[in-house]
Amino acid sequence: MEKYYQKELETMPREELKKLQSEKLVKQVRHAWDNCPDYRKKMEEAGLTPDDIKGIEDLHKLPFTSKDDLRDNYPFAMLAKPLADCVRIHSTSGTTGKRVIAYYTADDIRMWDECCARSLAAAGATREDMVQVSYGYGLFTGGAGFHGGSHLLGSTTIPMSSGNTDRQLQFMVDLGTTVLCCTPSYAAYLGETIKEKGIKNDIKLKAGIFGAEAWSEEMRRDIQEALGIKAYDIYGLTELSGPGVAYECSAQSGMHVNEDHFIAEIVDPETFEPLPAGSKGELVFTSLDKEAMPIIRYRTKDICVLSDEKCSCGRTFIKMAKPMGRSDDMLIIKGVNVFPSQIETVLLNNGYQANYQIIVDRVKNTDTFDINVELTPDKFTGNLGDISKKEKELVLALKSMLGIMANVHLVPPKSIARSEGKAVRIIDNRKI
Amino acid sequence: MEVKQISVFLENRNGQLKEVTKILADNNIDIEALNIAETAEYGIVRLIVDNVQKAIDALIGDGFIISVNPVTVCNVPNVVGSLNRVLDKIAEANINIEYMYSIFGGKNAESKMVFKSDDPDLLKKVIG
Repeated sequence: MEKYYQKELETMPREELKKLQSEKLVKQVRHAWDNCPDYRKKMEEAGLTPDDIKGIEDLHKLPFTSKDDLRDNYPFAMLAKPLADCVRIHSTSGTTGKRVIAYYTADDIRMWDECCARSLAAAGATREDMVQVSYGYGLFTGGAGFHGGSHLLGSTTIPMSSGNTDRQLQFMVDLGTTVLCCTPSYAAYLGETIKEKGIKNDIKLKAGIFGAEAWSEEMRRDIQEALGIKAYDIYGLTELSGPGVAYECSAQSGMHVNEDHFIAEIVDPETFEPLPAGSKGELVFTSLDKEAMPIIRYRTKDICVLSDEKCSCGRTFIKMAKPMGRSDDMLIIKGVNVFPSQIETVLLNNGYQANYQIIVDRVKNTDTFDINVELTPDKFTGNLGDISKKEKELVLALKSMLGIMANVHLVPPKSIARSEGKAVRIIDNRKI
Repeated sequence: MEVKQISVFLENRNGQLKEVTKILADNNIDIEALNIAETAEYGIVRLIVDNVQKAIDALIGDGFIISVNPVTVCNVPNVVGSLNRVLDKIAEANINIEYMYSIFGGKNAESKMVFKSDDPDLLKKVIG
């Protein structure tokens, strides 16, 4: 039987939901106008006041918000509440000094935890379950989000964080973990290790919720089989809260957007005109309940499709497909957002030119990340050992910028393929 | 004898070395010694040529990354134990050799060894 955390909200009739969204949107826009100079300025430029927004039918009038808007207002200018009312921050990875900081009041945390609790319940979790949270803890929202959701649901929470596979498996076996939360590539890796160790019969897992990076249906089948579970997808953004903006149900056919907290739109990535359900375009979100940092029409740059078809689980929330790509050049590698501009910054800071090529692939369900960098004449000493030393220096500099390891290969100048004079910066061989 | 050695950074793929030799041939430069150090991904070709400046200009002009380093060349008589005697002297002088390679002359001619060391001046005194 389908499990819910807040059934009355999750299965609310669409008409009532729209009414609720309208009421909340009016308040959210007023809150942003009153407390965020940036939102007020943009609305004024568009000739709008909060009085022009009477309900969700007026949503399309509002100006968009981009990641640059959030970055430009670093660190405090997007804050719509006194700092004293904020109980926590999280942050996205980003170029130095250009991070996006997300602020949360106690109620913002509560809303986020509820979203994650809904996801856990939809995956079948109850207070009887043992939930192993193997997302990273820290500024990254993965660990904290599921930690809070599991707590709220009343499940027993194991705050494992990522890494240390032997310890992960020991807890899984000894404590009888039933629900696993981590990135899909780590789930696949755990599955392989379990197979190698021949301990599948000692594992009591029944479900897993995997997000923060793209994964295919084929990968879902592999994980389900290796771990003997049902594998559920989840979607979220730090800017909006974290994981749990949308979550998958037993139908495993798309993620229900928590529409009582967020409005999802699909817009044409070039004209920015709203598109009807079923159309492919850029996913845009508006928060309805956020206090510390209201988000109005945030362009996610994720290319996606929304579906308003009735779902067998009984939820009335609209479903989003897995994002199909990006409208910018951001890559998600091993669950981490990587912008080529970050790599350029590291290269220039270390005395290289921005002649590089990123090669991403997926081997055994795990992302591989290689960067070819053209060597510059002044860095060549003629010594073989110096080249590998310089490669290692770059690996460390990139790790500190990106948070993940890349294999760096120094190559001779002009060896990176150029098409029509322009170097091909990204080769993504992953089939997702 | 101290000479200037040119190192060229190359990708480890077909035809790369030929591009270097072609440039040298086109510019009428004679290769007196050649040695290759490589990893799976890249290689370094070390050259001793008759006209160093001309070779440098030609290779840089063609976009190659090069480095010019002093190396020490010493004659090694073609008899048993002669290389060992040379290395003995170097070890005694506490000079560190980064790498070395040999140049074989014609029949009955003496072999030569090329040494890249951390102290070329001292090495020259010891074995020069």
